[in-house]
Amino acid sequence: MINIRAEVKQEKSNQANSMTNPRTIIDKVWDSHVVVQEPDCPAVLYIDLHLIHEVTSPQAFEGIRKRGLKVRRPDKTVATMDHSIPTLDPSLPIADAQAAQQIAQLEKNAAEFGVRLYGMRSPNRGIVHVIGPELGLTQPGMTIVCGDSHTSTHGAFGALAFGIGTSEVEHVLATQCLLQRKPKTCEVRIDGRLSPGVTAKDIILALLAKIGVGGGTGHVFEYTGSAIRALSMEERMTICNMSIEGGARAGIIAPDDHTFEYLVGREFAPKGDDWDASVQRWKALATDEGARYDKSISLDASALQPMITFGTNPGMGIPITSRVPDPNKVGDSSQKLALEKALRYMGLQPGESLLGKQIDVVFIGSCTNSRLSDLRTAARLMKGWKVAPNVRMLVVPGSQQVKRQAEAEGLHTIFKEAGAEWRESGCSMCIAMNGDQLSPGQYAVSTSNRNFEGRQGKGGRTFLASPLTAVAAAVTGVITDVRALLED
Amino acid sequence: MSHFYKFTSRLAPLLVNDIDTDQIIPARFLKATDKSGMGDHLFADWRYQSDGRPNPTFSLNQEAYRGAEILLAGDNFGCGSSREHAAWALKAYGFRAIISTSFADIFKNNALKNGLLPIQVSAHVYRFLNEAVERNPRFEVHIDLDEQRISFGEGSSEIFPIDPFSKYCLLHGVDELGYLMKFQEQIENFEATH
Repeated sequence: MINIRAEVKQEKSNQANSMTNPRTIIDKVWDSHVVVQEPDCPAVLYIDLHLIHEVTSPQAFEGIRKRGLKVRRPDKTVATMDHSIPTLDPSLPIADAQAAQQIAQLEKNAAEFGVRLYGMRSPNRGIVHVIGPELGLTQPGMTIVCGDSHTSTHGAFGALAFGIGTSEVEHVLATQCLLQRKPKTCEVRIDGRLSPGVTAKDIILALLAKIGVGGGTGHVFEYTGSAIRALSMEERMTICNMSIEGGARAGIIAPDDHTFEYLVGREFAPKGDDWDASVQRWKALATDEGARYDKSISLDASALQPMITFGTNPGMGIPITSRVPDPNKVGDSSQKLALEKALRYMGLQPGESLLGKQIDVVFIGSCTNSRLSDLRTAARLMKGWKVAPNVRMLVVPGSQQVKRQAEAEGLHTIFKEAGAEWRESGCSMCIAMNGDQLSPGQYAVSTSNRNFEGRQGKGGRTFLASPLTAVAAAVTGVITDVRALLED
Repeated sequence: MSHFYKFTSRLAPLLVNDIDTDQIIPARFLKATDKSGMGDHLFADWRYQSDGRPNPTFSLNQEAYRGAEILLAGDNFGCGSSREHAAWALKAYGFRAIISTSFADIFKNNALKNGLLPIQVSAHVYRFLNEAVERNPRFEVHIDLDEQRISFGEGSSEIFPIDPFSKYCLLHGVDELGYLMKFQEQIENFEATH
């Protein structure tokens, strides 16, 4: 049986051995962070960056407080508030007493344990997965965790980044380490050029439609191929962000010149000689020629169309010109049931086209699609149009920095003149904890990541899509193939 | 503690695939700063009508399944967010184990850390249990964590997989953070060269 001992030597021989075999980037980052590997036990994995937010941390801080422990590495721990905060005037008191208490608790915990907090009044506050990269905290080769499943976002930089539960948040606070089994690896190869109107969001929605919401369970995805290389860092973040929606805890992309160009000069990025040395080190992270994956998936980007979901999980997606699937044509009985249940909730008929379907709300935001390039893309299409009279449109920038940059470019004016609401940053209607939510029965086209029942408000019904498709729906009032507007 | 992991219980069926953590506990109940009261919010949007009264069609509200300590759920249970509140809510409601054909990774970790046993069974056994509970809501299964065995019907059983370390911790009441804390010196050495 397992012999749990305190005195164990690091297994250097194992590490040395693995150096000689071709390794994936996932193996390389993993190997360089194993502190201890006892037989039959999970590895003690060192964590370089621990991100904290108000919802999943209070019970973890309480845990270490009860044990009389400190935060082991406050210098590697960064907190912000994003989930339950209002996106209206931040100078007003928070109306929701419970949310206010949760936010006050994070302020108290951060002060007590010496953790850096980007709080309500910080110019660097924002969605945790937007500010990490933005501040240069997120770097290639790191291990990054957060009590949030969309931590997979940071994998876009070649970091091994994954979401953890609150017990594990407590473990990392106390020890800067986690007990982890090595995940399996899966190459997701995406080649080909995207057509006009087709974006990174459509790539990931198409992948999820192909593999389903459990297709990646137990694996880390490494995204490779010419289509991935052509993407900007913000587009790569959109893809890695939704890896978890396929069941993969993490998605990773080997760093390249796009990565280095994005990072250079950012507040916490290495500087001077340290920068040059870091880039050399980061370049060596790429998967070695001949390295083997446990599994492989491929997707042809050139064949993709704008995607939209029709159901109640992110794997229930179709090209926007396709029809809603018919449960009677599904062989597997439990899948048939799931599809019937989803269509009932969504109020959709089998075989129905989504094009022309009237919608009530458009939400542009979330850690998936709220960065400056998302807002630029949306504003460019929006210019000269008005939000349709039947539609309420919210544009919620991912961070206060994104908000300021967008305002400096005048993007907010385009949105506001069109009739959209321009908000302060936060998770907002993606998780509907802060009052930004759908009413029962409302239909939303949303750039966020989850269309689960009630996700955007109890009884609300979500169609996930790209920022382009969201704008097309906002200005026409119905689900629209954005390519028709691009041709105008 | 080990006696806890040898028990017999009826099953509460929730035969839906891909039950996500937003269904297990909707986000509006995540504003608490402690772990108390989560059981009341378990499956809130399925379990209660809009007037707040129990939804009579929801299986957990049916008399036959009251007191069942095992949830029988569809494939890929616990997908979606990392909220440990999902495990807390299931535990607080009174569940000691979930049986499914697969579990989402983060949920599985969270469950194991809270003494909630994720029992992965074959599609064949899942179908069998499904039909058995449909025929007889009082149908019982026996769980033995030490043997990793789920027994049911007349002499039928199946071995279920579980991470050996998690099993050891559950059976012997090992505190995982306590275990990690023993590696202080190795962590310091690692940090010195990392």
